[in-house]
Amino acid sequence: MRRFTRLFMELDRTTRTNEKLAALRRYFAEAPAADAAWALAVLTGRRIRRAVPGARLREWVADRSGYPLWLVEECYDTVGDLAETLALLLPDPETDAEPPALHTIMDEWLAPLPGADDSGKRRVVERAWGCMDESERLVFHKLLTGGFRVGVGRKLVTRALAQEVGMEPAILAHRLTGRWAPTPETYRRLISPDAELRDAGRPYPFFLAHPLSEGPEALDGGPKAWMVEWKWDGIRAQLIHRDGERLLWSRGEEVITPAFPEIGEAAGALPSGTVLDGELLAWESTAPLRFAELQRRLGRKRPSPKIRREVPARFLAYDLLEAEGEDLRGLPQEARRRRLEALFEDLEVRPPDDGPIPVTWAVGLPLGLSPLVEAARWDALAELRTSARELGVEGFMLKHREAEYGVGRPRGAWWKWKVEPLTLDVVLLYAQKGHGRRASLYTDYTFGVWDGEELVPIGKAYSGLTDREIRRVDKWIRRNITERFGPVRAVEPELVFELAFDQIRPSSRHKSGLALRFPRMVRQRTDKPVDEADTLESARRLLAERP
Amino acid sequence: MVIRTDAGLYVPEADLYIDPLRPVHRAVVTHGHADHARRGSEHYLAAASGVGILRKRLGDEARIEAIAFGERRRLGGATLSLHPAGHILGSAQVRIEVGGEVWLVTGDYKRTPDASAEPFESLRCHTLISECTFGLPVYRWPEPDGVFREIERWWVENAAEGRTTLLCGYSLGKAQRLLAGLLPFMEGGGAPGTILVHGAVDELLPAYRAEGIAFPPTERVSVETAREHRGAALVVAPPSAAGTAWVRKLGPVSVGFASGWMRIRGRRRRRSGDRGFVLSDHVDWDGLMATIDESGAERVGLTHGQTGTAMRYLTEERGLDTFAIATREGDA
Repeated sequence: MRRFTRLFMELDRTTRTNEKLAALRRYFAEAPAADAAWALAVLTGRRIRRAVPGARLREWVADRSGYPLWLVEECYDTVGDLAETLALLLPDPETDAEPPALHTIMDEWLAPLPGADDSGKRRVVERAWGCMDESERLVFHKLLTGGFRVGVGRKLVTRALAQEVGMEPAILAHRLTGRWAPTPETYRRLISPDAELRDAGRPYPFFLAHPLSEGPEALDGGPKAWMVEWKWDGIRAQLIHRDGERLLWSRGEEVITPAFPEIGEAAGALPSGTVLDGELLAWESTAPLRFAELQRRLGRKRPSPKIRREVPARFLAYDLLEAEGEDLRGLPQEARRRRLEALFEDLEVRPPDDGPIPVTWAVGLPLGLSPLVEAARWDALAELRTSARELGVEGFMLKHREAEYGVGRPRGAWWKWKVEPLTLDVVLLYAQKGHGRRASLYTDYTFGVWDGEELVPIGKAYSGLTDREIRRVDKWIRRNITERFGPVRAVEPELVFELAFDQIRPSSRHKSGLALRFPRMVRQRTDKPVDEADTLESARRLLAERP
Repeated sequence: MVIRTDAGLYVPEADLYIDPLRPVHRAVVTHGHADHARRGSEHYLAAASGVGILRKRLGDEARIEAIAFGERRRLGGATLSLHPAGHILGSAQVRIEVGGEVWLVTGDYKRTPDASAEPFESLRCHTLISECTFGLPVYRWPEPDGVFREIERWWVENAAEGRTTLLCGYSLGKAQRLLAGLLPFMEGGGAPGTILVHGAVDELLPAYRAEGIAFPPTERVSVETAREHRGAALVVAPPSAAGTAWVRKLGPVSVGFASGWMRIRGRRRRRSGDRGFVLSDHVDWDGLMATIDESGAERVGLTHGQTGTAMRYLTEERGLDTFAIATREGDA
């Protein structure tokens, strides 16, 4: 705990990336694997379930320090950070006892906490206070309340560890994809140089597309060089069947099989050693349902028969990443498509239905083949695009026929050409209460994009969500406030929203140097991790691509 | 005995104002900071060791009468004496006694050690008027010795990386406290370079030396000295200099701020320096409570800072009679 606290303080006090990198490397060089595993998990954004509400902690601190509760609250208002306020208020420990190691705190003290009763929880917290100094208590409170954030992103942590153990950051990033247990064994495997790390459940990093804000006329090679698909308004996902594992992974690197058991079961119909990339959709007879419908099924541990009936889930495949256990990502797009079509031919399929967009479905399974869009000329495609909204899609995906399934978001291989060309995926930073009917709810939001390791505000929006969505976000905001400035509340930067706008212009008034015209929320991107929200650079590119 | 007026605290029995806000006939000045020592009054009364500093602020023509700490002076119907406040060199608390009733006005003060100021003296009184710039229990100061060790380590690290160390603190008081506090380190031979001082700091050093305060050798920042000591020097400058073009002559710098506000992480981050050192010349929460306890006062007036919070605490939790003195933005 002492070493991890030192790391926290070192990261906290500097704004220089190379100093942060050096501090992280030093930590990973010195820390035992059991601690390093937890540090890695926490610093790459893993959250532990909050077992003690902030209000209870404030009461216990009031008790322990002898200050009245109202004074604790006033201090919180001034300091703005609960974990810190409490650490500043507690009296110094009476003994010189050393706190236990980070992994002991995580595995033995905090992990059982959600199951303990109130007095059991308090005993653990008091025990921690008894052996920790002020900065250790601060870090402990952060771990305890699940609000861990210290100005380093997942990328930087990955880079530091990769450098320290001498491996490719991309390989480490892949290994860190998805779920892994923060144990010393896993940690050693994560950093082991002899790569072949077989984990049956692991997805591939999702390959991403760049937005195309003008038409495709400027693209290399003309229409013949490109494969065109519909851009569905669902959740990007990988469906895996390997060594008995049947898993559905969202873009946010979460396993969502429990919420969509019918898709998980269907994976069993695929040959073992298959990984599909595709879109998860709510589907009724011959057309997709609104995204908001699909969202009703997210996050459910065990969906009821009723909701499964109301919101039937389908998986539309558009890429094949692994077949017969072989990684196909190095093949050209077109070759992967042929393998994907062959895979569907091997399943029993029924002829395309007669919906607005005809889809080929596997018989008796919620699995379909996302059709290609045939267009010999770009202007024919542009014409078709105007009807995208009625067809229930967002636009087109343009994939170069020669493109590999790469890593990250390089330019030139995949493009998304949306009906709403100007959108950014942005992170909720601040919230403020609305007016009139919405005066009691946090409805006015300020969003940010990444500028290096930092999120800079880029715009505000207060329309676009349904009342039900607003209530849900409001509830989340109340639990995740980190600082208060007058009526404005800073929140944990965790929620990603898709923001659409009419124009983007340079502005000297905003810190980002950009101003958005008529921004509105299209939807919350529960499928997208914060790290993958858009960057200031990608926002500037939209500016450059406008006339 | 001590009443609030538009011109500041007034003692009618002695026809005297304490740190008046505008020119008056007779003023007692607790110390030389601009929000306490203002030009234009006819007669000034101040602690002897602070007169040198006051002259810099009030001008050579000001009529300043020096009195020694502890010396009792009969003024009209009141007896007045000054006592060390520990805020900066020559900073005073004002004790006023009328017919056996004692009032004490602390002025700005601190109870933590400072090699450049006389130590705070604890006094008994019936009514206490105390500053409360840091009137919340989150403000508790660490031992200054430990803070100086941190500063020294930071300087050594910076020098190892070829960066000039820029340490910012108010030019009167904090800067001298920093210099005096670095003396043992400089004499011990562990320092990686020379100490340079900004002109605003340098100007005040003779007034300190004249009172016997010892500083390590320093040089004034100039284009030449900055070039000569670039990458190895520690530069002491006022915070206002930190964001200006002046800094450029120092080459690559690591910037640190020494202030009580640095106790809060958010403040440290917003200050956008590289380091924040918790070193305040004001009393912290525990110190404020100790001063009140030791004074035995039944009535407590508070000035500067979040007075409302501390007043509510003293009233509800300590059963004291409290009142607020109109606050201005205090310096820290």
